[in-house]
Parts: sequence; structure tokens; C-alpha cells
Amino acid sequence: MTAKNPSQPNGAVIHMDGIRKVYDTGKVKVEALRGVDLEVQDGEFVAIIGPSGSGKSTLMNLIGCLDTPTGGTYRLSGELVAGLRKEQLAAIRNRRVGFVFQNFNLLPQITSYENVEMPLLFGGISRRKRRQRVEELLDRVGLGERMHHKPTELSGGQMQRVAVARALAMNPDILLADEPTGNLDSSSGGDIMELFQELWEGGRTMLVITHDAALARRAPRQVEIRDGLVVRDNTNGSTDLMSDSIVDRPID
Amino acid sequence: MSQPRFMIFQLFMRSSRVQKKRAVLTIAAIAWGTLALLLLLAFGEGLGISLQDAWAGMGTDIAVIWPGETTKPWKGLPAGRPIRPRIDDIQTLRLRVPGLIGISGEITSWRTTLTYGEKTVTGRVKGVSTVWGQLRNQIPVSGGRFLNPLDDAQRRRVIFLGTAVAEDIFGSEDPVGKTLLVDQVPYTVIGVMIEKMQFGAYSGMDADHAIIPIRTFYAQYGRDRLGNIVLKTENPAQMKAKLAEVAAVLSSKYGFDPQDERVLGTWDTVESGTIQNNILLGIKIFLSVIGVLTLTVGGIGVANIMYAVVKERTREIGVKMALGARSHWITGPIVLEGLTYTLLGGVLGLVMATGLILLMSLLPTGDNMALKALGKPTLSPAIAATAAGVLGIIGLLAGYFPARRAASVDPAETLRYE
Ligand SMILES: Nc1ncnc2c1ncn2[C@@H]1O[C@H](COP(=O)(O)OP(=O)(O)O)[C@@H](O)[C@H]1O
Ligand SMILES: [Mg+2]
Repeated sequence: MTAKNPSQPNGAVIHMDGIRKVYDTGKVKVEALRGVDLEVQDGEFVAIIGPSGSGKSTLMNLIGCLDTPTGGTYRLSGELVAGLRKEQLAAIRNRRVGFVFQNFNLLPQITSYENVEMPLLFGGISRRKRRQRVEELLDRVGLGERMHHKPTELSGGQMQRVAVARALAMNPDILLADEPTGNLDSSSGGDIMELFQELWEGGRTMLVITHDAALARRAPRQVEIRDGLVVRDNTNGSTDLMSDSIVDRPID
Repeated sequence: MSQPRFMIFQLFMRSSRVQKKRAVLTIAAIAWGTLALLLLLAFGEGLGISLQDAWAGMGTDIAVIWPGETTKPWKGLPAGRPIRPRIDDIQTLRLRVPGLIGISGEITSWRTTLTYGEKTVTGRVKGVSTVWGQLRNQIPVSGGRFLNPLDDAQRRRVIFLGTAVAEDIFGSEDPVGKTLLVDQVPYTVIGVMIEKMQFGAYSGMDADHAIIPIRTFYAQYGRDRLGNIVLKTENPAQMKAKLAEVAAVLSSKYGFDPQDERVLGTWDTVESGTIQNNILLGIKIFLSVIGVLTLTVGGIGVANIMYAVVKERTREIGVKMALGARSHWITGPIVLEGLTYTLLGGVLGLVMATGLILLMSLLPTGDNMALKALGKPTLSPAIAATAAGVLGIIGLLAGYFPARRAASVDPAETLRYE
């Protein structure tokens, strides 16, 4: 499930070097990332923290190949992303990464089943295998009963679980979540955290942006971003080095 | 990648649940445009068929020669001499000018009394060779016939009547086999010409004439100077050359400058036929352009809907991109949807056009020449193919541009959450 690339000397699945991202909105240029170095090993669970507007989502979009950096080099499993064509980036998004968003981003006109099926469609999976996989995933997130409900008929926590199932559909190595509990009450948020923990224990590489101290502390590694730079990268799992904002709430 | 086409269809089925009202209006606009295009093309076709029939009424690809006077002196002979070929010259021309389907002389007796019982009318009687019937498109109503070579050789007193003459003299009676007096000499009616549309004429309409063998004509009237010569070449493109050969033969016999164009006036219908075809083509192109423009308006409607659809679905498109949809999975459904609206409208328009044209074909045109000339609107396979092609192109374009916009959606920007 977490196949390693043999051409990869140190096994880093994500390797970023001096990554910069400038948004040119015509009148003003916003420098969202100003030289980020980041290395994530296969199977790591990384929480990305930092104040609003610091560049976390931008970083996540770059990692997920949803956007391309203005400068610096990004290697995904050793492969230089800058050289890839649009269609190759699409294939990476389809197979290598799964996205979970704060506002779920489920398509409202179609059922949970069809939402989860979508990446499988794009991946060219046969109808029979799609059915099998979707049912398996929705059971996995505890929504086997709600398969044919539309997102509008589900609670926030249920919607986010559908979104996680969708992110996992093509069995990607990396799961990227951008404030996944931001729109959920604490109990639903706890369910999602539980789910992430299990996924990580299953061997998946997890990157989770969060304001939630509890979720951040589940991660053995926290990376803090401020003003477009990594200001702290704590790999030993101790929480005392982290910024005050997220350590004020103990878990359980 | 397995079954990408199938997937595009599935995506389309899923995304077309919105925009229903606008879709209906647009489909109506396309149907209207298709109707306009088809009707205009069908009218053009009907007009073309009837015009071509009418132009062919006098005969197809023939030339008519009428002898006149010299305008240039020639080998010591003065200008102003009338040149009048004789009946026998036709035989000479037949031998000396190869490559003709036929050549016939023609002598006209302009005011001739035609008597049948109590009824007397004044009409135009022409003496011609047998082949003239073929050249000048004289088709007999069944039960009758045109002149044959024996009629001419034996100077038989037989007569072939135009429709109007036959009706004048015989009313509703069948003229064939009846005896008719031509300037007091009895003739047997051998046939009546079918009714036909005729635009071109050089000595009145064919419906108004009566035809007898040219030797019979000579026997009765003692005239052997030809009023006209009618000929048709095997190859229409050779017409000019053959006319020159005819002029050369006659010039050596009658002594005139073969370059003197006034001696032998000619009406070359090959030449005028080309002009007529060009005019017809012009009319058809004009009608098609109007039709295509009308349809384009509908196409712009479809494109606008699809632009609105793309705008409305920007987030959906962004999500699909984030899930790894390649660009043809984004553009495919949009092109397909635009094409579907267009083709739905097209089918609707085709049904309406077929119905209307069927209705119109049931309307009687009666004796109204204008209506007759306008002809019956006709939906040919070529028209259907043209319309389908135009619809297809418009449909593809109406989907293509909005699809391009969809493909250029920036997913990161679209999915940004503040
Ligand atoms: N598409 C964009 N166009 C212009 N500015 C942007 C865009 N996306 C993000 N930014 C800006 O870049 C900075 C970082 O944004 P973001 O990565 O969303 O921060 P965070 O997720 O940490 O809140 C902010 O100042 C934001 O306004
Ligand atoms: Mg953010």
C-alpha cells in the first residue's frame, strides 16, 4: 500500500527545497511562501500549524500538485514535479494523494456513493471494482447505510467522513487534510481524528493542517508556518516546543 | 484507461440535472434555426428543380440558329445580302459536321387556319425533321407519338399538337386519330405534347404550335428556306466549335464571311444554362447563409448556457480536478452537453420542417405560374446532410469554447476557503 520508490536514497516521500509561491493578483503580489524547506518520510503523520494567512493551505496545495510553486524544487517520491505536464499532475492527484477540505467539497447533486466513486471513475476503474471499493470505503467510515443519501441529507461529521472515504478511494500514499475538523463540533471532530489515527497506523503518510491542539498533538511531528516560512519543525513529538495557541487543550 | 467515452457519458448524465429551463429555451432556438435552414434549403431545392425543368422545357444544351443578312463584304460580294439555307442543307450539315446528336431545320407558317368540324382556329404550324422532337423536348402524351422518319420520307400528312392548340380545337375530346384541316388540307393527328414548364422560347411557347414533317410542309407550301436550324452536340462543351463548323459549311456554300456574326444569329443554351445554374447556385448559397446565420444565433444561445453552466459549476470542476480528473473529463461532458442541446433542437427542427413541407406539398398550386415556378419545397438527402453537418459544427463550437474555459479553471483558487 505504501510502495517506496527505489530511486529514493533517503526514502523521503515529500522533499521541498526553497519553495516559494507568489500570487500575482494584478495590482498586488502576495508572497504566500518565502522559501520553505520540508522533508516528509513515508508513513509520517505531520500536523501543520500556524496562524491564519501564514501559507498553510498554499503549502498543502503545492504538496498535492493542485498548484505549482513559483520557485524552489519539489520532489514527490524523488520525482521532480516541475517537469510534469498538466495531465501527469492530474494523474498524481488521482493516485498519489487524497484531499480532505475544511468545507468538505462534496458535490451536492449526487449521492455519497457517487461522490466516493468519482476518483475511481477518473482512475479508469471498472464498474464492478468501483462498486466493491465504494461500498468497502463507506462501510469503513461507518456510512454504509447512508450510501444513497445526498450530502445535504447528512450531518457535517458524516459529510467529512464521506470526504475522507473519497480521498482514500484510489488508495493514495499521502492523505492531505486542510483543517478537516474546522467546521465540525468536537464529537464529530473526534471521530475524524480517530479515523486519521487509524489510517496512519495503517501505514499512510498523513499531513493535517489544524488549529485543533488535540489533533495536532496526535501527530508525532508538528511543523509551524508563519509568514510563509517554516518557523518550527518538531520531530520528537514533545508538545512543549509548540506555539501556545494549540497546547492549551489536553486530549481526552 | 478503460472506457473513457463511457465515463464521459456518465459524467454528463450526472451534471445535466441543472439549467433545465434555459436548456428548453435554447433547444427551441436551435429548433427554430434548424427549421429556418431546412425550409430555406428545401425552397431553394424546389425552386431549382422547377427552374431547371422550365429551362429544360425548350430542350437541354441545344443551340438555335436563325439566318440573317451579311454585314461584311465577302469575296467581292456586297454586305446586306440575306442568307437563307434550304431544307437540303441540313443533310449536308449532318454529313459534314460530325459529333452532333441531331440537327434539324425548321420552317414556320405563322398564321395558319386549323379546322376541325365547325371549329376553326388560327395557329402556328412548323415543318421540322424527326430529330427535332428529341432536341426540343416534344414528349407525346401516352397514346400518341411524335413524327417518325417515314412520315418525313413519305411526306405524310400527319400533325403533332401543342397542349393549348389541342385544347382549343378539340376541347375535352381525344385528338389522336382525328382528322384536322391545315389550310384546307386534311391531316391526321398523331400525338399531343405533354404539358411542360417552359421558360425559354424563340418563336412562341411550344404549347401553342402544331408540328408537321418538313417535307410535307414543303409539299404543301412550296417553301424550302429554313427559318431556324436547331442542333445539339454530343458534348455540350463542343457547342462553340460545332457552331463554327456549321458556319464554315454554310459560308462556303452561300458565300459569306464565317466571322460575320450577324449572318447566323445563335442562341447557345449551353452558355445560358451555365449562367442559369450560377444564378441558381447564388440563390441557394444566399438562402443557406440566411439559414446558417439563424442557426448560429441558436448556437450562441447554447454556448451562453454552457458558459453559465461552467460558471455555476466552477467549484464542481475544481473538485473534480482535485480528484484527478484529466482535462477531457472536464471538457467532455460540456462539449457533449452543448452538442446534445444542439442535436435535440436539430431533431425537433427536422420534425417540424418535415411536417410543414409535407403540409405544403398537399396544397394545390393550381394554374398560378408564380407558385408553379416556386416549385415544391423538397427535402433531399443532401439537404439533410448539410443541415446535420452545420448543426454538428455549431454544436461542437457551442460546447468547445465554454469547455476551454472549464479546462482553464484554477482548482487551488476555486477551492480556497476563507
Ligand atoms: N489565490 C490566491 N490569490 C491571491 N492571494 C492568495 C491566494 N491564495 C492565498 N492567498 C494569500 O496567500 C496568503 C496565504 O494564504 P493561505 O495559504 O490560504 O493561508 P492559510 O491557509 O495559512 O490561512 C494569504 O495572505 C492569502 O490571502
Ligand atoms: Mg487555509
